[in-house]
Amino acid sequence: MMPVISVIAYLALAPFAGALLDGLDRKLAARMQGRKGPPLLQPFYDLGKLFSKQMIAVNRVQILLNLSYLVFLAIAGSMLFAGADILMCTFLLSTADMFLVMAASCDSSPFSTLGAGREMIQMMAYEPLVLLMAVGFYLATGTFHVGEIIRAPACAVIAMPGFLLGFIFITAIKLRKSPFDLSTSHHAHQEMVKGITTEMSGPALGIVTVAEYYEIVLMLGIVALFFLNRHWWSWPLAVAACLLVYFLEVLWDNVSARVKWDTLLGSCWVATLLTGGLNGLILMFVR
Amino acid sequence: MGMQIVPFWLVPILILWPVLAAAVLPLVRSARARGVVVYAAAAGVMALAAALLGGWLAAGAPVITLYADTGGVDHLMLAGELFLMALIIVLSVRYRQYPVILLSAAQTGLLLYTEQTWPAAGAFHMQIDCLTMLMCVIAAFVGGFICIYAVGYMKAYHRHHAEYADRSGFFFSMLFLFLGAMFGLVLSENLIWMYFFWEVTSVISFLLIGYTRTEEAVHNSFRALWMNLLGGLGFAIAIAVASATLGTVQLGEVVAARAVIPIAMLSLAGLTKSAQLPFSSWLLGAMVAPTPSSALLHSATMVKAGVYLLIRLAPALAGSATGMTVAFIGGFTFIAASMMAIAQNDGKKVLAFSTVSNLGLIVACAGIGAEETIWAAVLLMIFHSVSKSMLFQAVGAIENCLGSRDIESMHGLLLRLPALTYIMGVGIAGMYLAPFGMLISKWVALRAFVDADNYLLVIFIAYGSATTMLYWAKWLCKLVALHRTKEQVTDVTHRDQYLSMLVHAGSTLLLCLLFPLLATRVVDPIIMELFGEAHDVLSMSVLTTMAVMLVSVIFVPALMFLITRSAHSQIVPIYMGGANEGDNTYFVNSYGEPEHLYLSNWYLRFDFGMRRLMRPSVIVATGVLVVMLCVIVGGAV
Amino acid sequence: MAKLAKSPWLLHYDGSSCNGCDIEVLACTTPVYDIERFGIINTGDPFQADILLITGGINHQSEAVVKQIYSQMPDPKVVVAVGICACTGGVFKDCYNIKGGVDTVIPVDVYVPGCAARPQAIIDGVVKALEILQQKREAFLARRA
Repeated sequence: MMPVISVIAYLALAPFAGALLDGLDRKLAARMQGRKGPPLLQPFYDLGKLFSKQMIAVNRVQILLNLSYLVFLAIAGSMLFAGADILMCTFLLSTADMFLVMAASCDSSPFSTLGAGREMIQMMAYEPLVLLMAVGFYLATGTFHVGEIIRAPACAVIAMPGFLLGFIFITAIKLRKSPFDLSTSHHAHQEMVKGITTEMSGPALGIVTVAEYYEIVLMLGIVALFFLNRHWWSWPLAVAACLLVYFLEVLWDNVSARVKWDTLLGSCWVATLLTGGLNGLILMFVR
Repeated sequence: MGMQIVPFWLVPILILWPVLAAAVLPLVRSARARGVVVYAAAAGVMALAAALLGGWLAAGAPVITLYADTGGVDHLMLAGELFLMALIIVLSVRYRQYPVILLSAAQTGLLLYTEQTWPAAGAFHMQIDCLTMLMCVIAAFVGGFICIYAVGYMKAYHRHHAEYADRSGFFFSMLFLFLGAMFGLVLSENLIWMYFFWEVTSVISFLLIGYTRTEEAVHNSFRALWMNLLGGLGFAIAIAVASATLGTVQLGEVVAARAVIPIAMLSLAGLTKSAQLPFSSWLLGAMVAPTPSSALLHSATMVKAGVYLLIRLAPALAGSATGMTVAFIGGFTFIAASMMAIAQNDGKKVLAFSTVSNLGLIVACAGIGAEETIWAAVLLMIFHSVSKSMLFQAVGAIENCLGSRDIESMHGLLLRLPALTYIMGVGIAGMYLAPFGMLISKWVALRAFVDADNYLLVIFIAYGSATTMLYWAKWLCKLVALHRTKEQVTDVTHRDQYLSMLVHAGSTLLLCLLFPLLATRVVDPIIMELFGEAHDVLSMSVLTTMAVMLVSVIFVPALMFLITRSAHSQIVPIYMGGANEGDNTYFVNSYGEPEHLYLSNWYLRFDFGMRRLMRPSVIVATGVLVVMLCVIVGGAV
Repeated sequence: MAKLAKSPWLLHYDGSSCNGCDIEVLACTTPVYDIERFGIINTGDPFQADILLITGGINHQSEAVVKQIYSQMPDPKVVVAVGICACTGGVFKDCYNIKGGVDTVIPVDVYVPGCAARPQAIIDGVVKALEILQQKREAFLARRA
């Protein structure tokens, strides 16, 4: 029964939670820059507007792929919140991302194709750590099963701090934060317009935005997984940790400039090796 | 259950039927008649394999050993080996490739000496079991359809390449001869027999690579020959040592005895055949051959003979130094080849690198030699054979239509050659997207590597998956770009080519849908035979999750299609800074003139190019291989 | 204010401006003026914009571009001409290459005069445009229903 409730809760509430976090993000960022910033509920206004706009498109396929992206993200997230296999969840996450990349590529437009290419590089950059992290959970708790990981006697993070560090590193890519916001950005005026979302308009962009909110909650769900255990106090601890990680991402976004793809790839792969690689190796030895 | 007699008289027919076809085909002069003969021969191969499979299944799928006493055939094989040696010597002299003669003479001489000095006691020569039957079915059906495909392909090929002499008769003859040899190879239990068929496949591969007789083709074919002969030499040494020390040349007994030197030498042979680093370059060079031979020999079946041998050896590889080496070489090849694939824009080259890379994964699984890893290896082998053969065929057909197999020229192929693009799409999705077979097998492999405490392989697989994803994803994106070009392309693909590709595409989808059945009915018995026990590698909950995923992958886009079909959207031109000429293909440049839009993929040549990575990879792999072979052989002597 | 008016996204295009007005437009996004207070985002993409902000007069080269960008914006949308050149052609009005103000090629909803237009005036113009946007939206929804 629990998994069903948590999946329904995820499907129903994640967009709201994601939008609220986004609003918080924009508010925080504005304050860090010495501005007042938009209202906290601004993301809701934006979404409402996007869905009420006229549907224009460059072809009839893109919206289909956008919707598939949304649905796959929702399924990937549901698998995490249903307590299923974390490795499967990460595989599905990449499949979902592939639909976004294809949605951008099918336009065959210069800016979105460039964005799609960069998105693929980003996927290549974060993929190793995501896979290693799943292995890390297996080494630390003896299972890939999320439902069993959260019933472990102690927080997983005690055994795998390196993985958490690495995960924070690559979450910047997933949340499209500087210095890794190569494929598209929430900020305006960049060299490739809106990158991967350039040709997405009105409801199509709304769909991608909602999918991103699902993704934020999914990523934070994985962060929470590092902290959850069978004791009740681990839940508030996990929530606090998620908020802290999110704050760190916003901070990082505001204090760094975008890097080039080779720096992105190199730094992510080296960071993966130093955090996940070493941590996993140690876990393997003590097992 | 009533015991039925397995129709084992089908076994020699299965081997000889394609050989007969090979003998007849060069005599048929007219192209039309040749096509008919090929269809009939391929249908015969498939029917024979199906009959054997059916009879064997009806008898309860037992392990059967055949042919204890085979004096005459042994002498025939000896004559065959001498003939092969003579052929190699003649061709080597003609093309001034003298070192090859040494390799060939050394191994044939060694084998002759072994057979005279330590005649092995009479034992059965062939064996039918689950793994053998699986390999036979793959070779018969994938191979049969590739032969059918080749009929249409070769016509178009020679229309496009008038500069090459049309030797289609020879080409088909070699394809069928290869099928016969492949059946012989997988059915053989006696190492001397297996060695004979092994050499036949090497030589056929050599002849097919040199098909066009251009300088490049000849050069590449000799490279393939010497590398495969090196493996053959390893094979011969294994036979010599096994008969000298163990007094047996039965593969099963060698594995059971865990004889170190024969196992190491056989592994070397397996590594060369499956084009692992440092021997990968022969398979990359083999891409000069016409596509059906690339599909049949260099991805779907012959290179699988290498991994087949390694899987046979797996129980002896588990936990041994040889196994560690094999696993390292495989994992290393997996990541290195997938990185180099990123920098390739030639469709066939990408497929070649991907083949090497996937074989690496299978080899790594075999090297670990645990139950779980072999489970993954067998599955990978099945999925890879079908999808990769289909991809090769699709690229071949596309090349015949476009006159190019450059991935860049496939931009917007969905609008130009929709049918072929869908086939490519199924193949590519099958190679790397969840929840298709390759990915699931990879997932099992990842778990098995963790359980085997091999963290290096875990890291290889983590990084290798990422690089694999990139080169497939960017190809897929190139295909789905909805880009209208003015140049007209006509689909010159023959109906027989489509038949073969559609059967492959259907099998790919079906294999995914029937995955649980495949796992329990095909893979588990193989594990059972190799290890004497089989546990459920995938739990029921995982299988259900997978079913959910598979259904969603197929139905979500379909459902979205239905939902969005009714949505009214106004179609506007793509954004090009307002300078779109209105047709999404041209834009106004700074002189006010129309300029064609050209979108290129990322190739990251300076970072992942072959020029940068190949040499270090070969050095690392050679170093590890040489040092470990010295340690293993030195330790055993 | 209703949904649309709370989330107006801008597209800023330079017709043939001397860059004076452009600098002032960008000044609006700085912490001093902080247009994000109103939920305004300066997106660079017509597909995602509600308000087209044009500076400078229209010349023969930019004419087609402005028309195309305008066509790529989804309804409902408004156009704000920023600076005297965008309003009428300004001092360049009689130049051989200038067609005139923005309204010679696409319908303009709000005119913001000035040379250069001050940030306060630009923000004022945008807020004015929001009311028109709201009316257009109601008309758009009524038409769609």
